[in-house]
Amino acid sequence: MVARIDLPQLRALLDAGAQLVEVLPAAEYSGQHLPGALNIPLEVLSPDTTAGLNRTRPIVVYCWDGL
Amino acid sequence: MSPRAACRLEALGFTDVYDYAAGKEDWLAHNLSIEGLAASAPTIGSRLRHDAPTARPSDTLAAVRARVDASPYRFALVVAGDRTLLGRLRNAALDADPGTAAHELMESGPSTLRPHLALANVESYLRAHHLTYAIITDPEGHLLGTAHREDLTGATEDRRAEGPG
Repeated sequence: MVARIDLPQLRALLDAGAQLVEVLPAAEYSGQHLPGALNIPLEVLSPDTTAGLNRTRPIVVYCWDGL
Repeated sequence: MSPRAACRLEALGFTDVYDYAAGKEDWLAHNLSIEGLAASAPTIGSRLRHDAPTARPSDTLAAVRARVDASPYRFALVVAGDRTLLGRLRNAALDADPGTAAHELMESGPSTLRPHLALANVESYLRAHHLTYAIITDPEGHLLGTAHREDLTGATEDRRAEGPG
């Protein structure tokens, strides 16, 4: 079950070393993204594109507004 | 989109996955730093003033009046201890009985804007509504500052003068 988090929880996770992933298309990511975020668009999420993520650290995903 | 992405990651075997569902819009609305090609696009968050007089709800008008008189403004913003914006005291209200508490005469819930709005759009909005300033809060209603048309006008004219490239 994925936990939905708010901004204070996001900050705490980032301070603890979480990986941040924007799942919007690359064009939106290149325009503006949260500091340090990686970009793996939802439509290309796969074993190959997520191979670089560290499975021992938390992962936080975000888009524009969750919709 | 992010809920689906989080579920997809779990299906791929990741076990410690979180969804910051409020997303990039929420981050920007808190006036936090951003990266990317459009990161330097002018927003009102970059032109905030932080010196508008504030008052607690229980402050007397006499105390608030003294702060307003010592400032370049003709209003005070009433905030809670955590900076949640509760109301505004316009100059005319400050002429009431000096012993009156701020919350008794404040205008409750004044209109606010978020800091990630484009500077030019806000300047146009203020001009169209004959307003000289806007109160800027984050999505939870915490006061971030005020944006003043004279500051925005100067900024947009500067950018026009600079021209492209």
